Amino acid sequence: MESFHAIELRHITKRFGKVVANDSIDLTLDRGEILSLLGENGSGKTTLMNMLAGIYFPDEGEILVGGKPVSIRSPKDAFDHGIGMIHQHFKLVNVFTAAENIALGLSGGGKLDRKAIAVKVQEISDRYGFGIDPNKKVYDMSVSEKQTVEIVKVLYRGADILILDEPTAVLTPQETDRLFGILRAMKADGKAIVIITHKLHEVMALSDKVAVLRKGKYIGTVKTSETNPQALTDMMVGRSVTLNIDRPMPVDPTPRLEIQGLTCLDAEGVKKLDNVSFTAMGGEILGIAGIAGSGQRELLESIAGLYPVASGSIHYTPVGADKAVELVGKPPMEIKKAGVAMAFVPEDRLGMGLVGGMGMTGNMMLRSWRKGKGVFVNRKDPNALALEVKERLEVVTPSVDFPVRRLSGGNVQKVLVGREIASSPTVLMSAYAVRGLDINTSYTIYNLMTEQKMKGVAVIYVGEDLDVLLELCDRILVLCGGQVSGIVDARTVTKEEVGLLMTRVGGGKEDVPHA
Amino acid sequence: MNALLLLIYNAVLNGTPLLFGTVGEVLTEKTGNLNLGVEGMMYMGGALGLGGAFYYEMFAGQNASGFLAVLIAILCAFLGGAFGALIYSFITITLRANQNVTGLALAIFGTGAGQFIGEYMRTTSGGYVAISNHLKSAFMTSPLPAALQNIPVLGPLLFQYNIFVYLGIMIAVLMGLYLRRSRSGLYLRAVGESPSTADSAGINVTRYKYLATILGGGISAIGGMVYIMTIAGCVWNHEGLAGEGWLAVALVIFCLWRPVSAIFGSILFGALMILYLRLQLPFIPDQIYKILPYIVTVIVLIFTSMRNSKDKQPPASLGLAYFREDR
Repeated sequence: MESFHAIELRHITKRFGKVVANDSIDLTLDRGEILSLLGENGSGKTTLMNMLAGIYFPDEGEILVGGKPVSIRSPKDAFDHGIGMIHQHFKLVNVFTAAENIALGLSGGGKLDRKAIAVKVQEISDRYGFGIDPNKKVYDMSVSEKQTVEIVKVLYRGADILILDEPTAVLTPQETDRLFGILRAMKADGKAIVIITHKLHEVMALSDKVAVLRKGKYIGTVKTSETNPQALTDMMVGRSVTLNIDRPMPVDPTPRLEIQGLTCLDAEGVKKLDNVSFTAMGGEILGIAGIAGSGQRELLESIAGLYPVASGSIHYTPVGADKAVELVGKPPMEIKKAGVAMAFVPEDRLGMGLVGGMGMTGNMMLRSWRKGKGVFVNRKDPNALALEVKERLEVVTPSVDFPVRRLSGGNVQKVLVGREIASSPTVLMSAYAVRGLDINTSYTIYNLMTEQKMKGVAVIYVGEDLDVLLELCDRILVLCGGQVSGIVDARTVTKEEVGLLMTRVGGGKEDVPHA
Repeated sequence: MNALLLLIYNAVLNGTPLLFGTVGEVLTEKTGNLNLGVEGMMYMGGALGLGGAFYYEMFAGQNASGFLAVLIAILCAFLGGAFGALIYSFITITLRANQNVTGLALAIFGTGAGQFIGEYMRTTSGGYVAISNHLKSAFMTSPLPAALQNIPVLGPLLFQYNIFVYLGIMIAVLMGLYLRRSRSGLYLRAVGESPSTADSAGINVTRYKYLATILGGGISAIGGMVYIMTIAGCVWNHEGLAGEGWLAVALVIFCLWRPVSAIFGSILFGALMILYLRLQLPFIPDQIYKILPYIVTVIVLIFTSMRNSKDKQPPASLGLAYFREDR
């Protein structure tokens, strides 16, 4: 008799109301193998894996673990079958220590033996080379440490089938390499691993097999050694897509924003930005790299007038003018009027910039309501704009009056970015504009940015994916702990160099001249 | 007994109903359920507790045992509060309705239900519900040996309280140990901090929420009974509890969701409530004294919301309903 697959899915179907998230999916996974699950947003990757982890229950179909049909009705059932999932949003209790988090949900004596847990955690940690402190509180941990705790948590339960949902989205390149090292060690240990990711180069570097989903349907599985990024993208999107970002040389760059010694404090008096100086040119894209929370948000918000500035200056030169104006101290409305636009896509996408309960038209109006005269608002122009954005960015919505809260994450983002670009700014700031977007839409956004740049707009782009930053931007400013640790030429710098700057202040302070 | 000793003694007595109310609500809130219906549950506990002891005496007549009466009163009060908390749990946990609205409704419902039961007992038993002096002593005097009680200073300070003072402190300490030291306590706190984390770790979120809320409601309700049977003198009156339940909700915040701190908090609030009797200054009107607990509550709320320590925060999911398949 042949050996069984670690996991076999047969005709799995899951519906949410009328939406079919997974449509009769078949998939197999073997021990000692890393499988990448690839697909655009809303193609049902996470849903499918959540059914293995016991978060959802399939409407139809069968799950076989080690050749035996099983019914996974809760996360506990999943553990009992040796399946552990590391979710995209960490499932950790912030006020607990690492050991307490790991001990959650385990059966055992009534008294909590913190020492025994710490010993066993240390043991697993040593085996795969994690190095975590069992007694550290989660709120004191970096993103990478939190992820490590998640992995140890799963291993502690004796899982031999691991599912990782976009594990590298929040890691620096060095941390990503470390994670891949750990995953390879676990693979060598005979564990079966599924990794969900949007990043094709990671798929190529890490996995043995790639399974592709498109719009809830299973497209096929290929061996990584027998495919290439272009072929995978075509499978994912269902048609041929060009994967190159067109990066023309900046034409006649002129200083637009000159920032000198910008320092910002948060409510507790902690320095969020420390003596930041740089110049953003019209006609070029300035990328901003850094580990999450290094001051990116504060930087953009202080330029937009939303964050109090402790010291320093922000000089803005309007198009055609030769005298710069000081932006510090001006109210946000005036800064906006001057042509500085911000499209900030925060972690919860509806938190800033859009009103969830309103339709696209209503949200477009948030930008223009001051223009009207009298007590009534003008709905006509925003409506036309909404239709245009819907058309251009292929926003999937039943109508422009449909509440944006009920659109998928990617579509919400398109509305936000589309609106900011439509206000024809002279400085366009965007943070995480493609966060959580699939490849196809991401490239639409990149092209929009480049288009703005060619119009002479100074684009400031805060991004997470270093590969994209290197391909899209003209210069990259690296932030580390609120300080500028370097400004580099994106055409010549390597990913590793940027990664190093992200974790270390003073890696090279010279401003590499563009072009 | 000098004045200070008397003040402390009375502060402890007056704080005890609050202690039950607070400790019960701490348990509830630790699982993420903000049950604002404490006042209502305490009302039901007060009416049912008194009723339990009253009808027991009517049934048993001369042979009524004080110990049994106390036990029955506790049981009735607990069941009354647990019933209220069960309604709340069903609406907020199973049906996932808004916790604030449900809690407020429970407060109003419980107050009404308690008043109704109390008044019904009063009118059907000839306009006055009270138990005999023989039984009263079981509720209102110390269960400890006279030798201990008669020690100077220490006696009144430690050993002359009624049985509920000791019971309340015991429950608070045990709950503190449970939450900090036991495995199940850790799981319970995880449910209140991040139910999705607890759920993905295989902890039965619904079961923890139901059990803690019902048990917590029951404990809170015992506080209502203690108020009627000790401070109000085992008699049902119209005024009922005079906002003890609301103070308990505030005290939960004051003690930072720690049952053991609730012991000290309840004594402090107890002292504030009786200050007008013990420390009378002619130039301050009574009314000012009587609002002291509320003023302190407001000040405490201001300070707790200014505090930034990550360890001294309310349970992170407090007030939020949990649904596993939420997208």
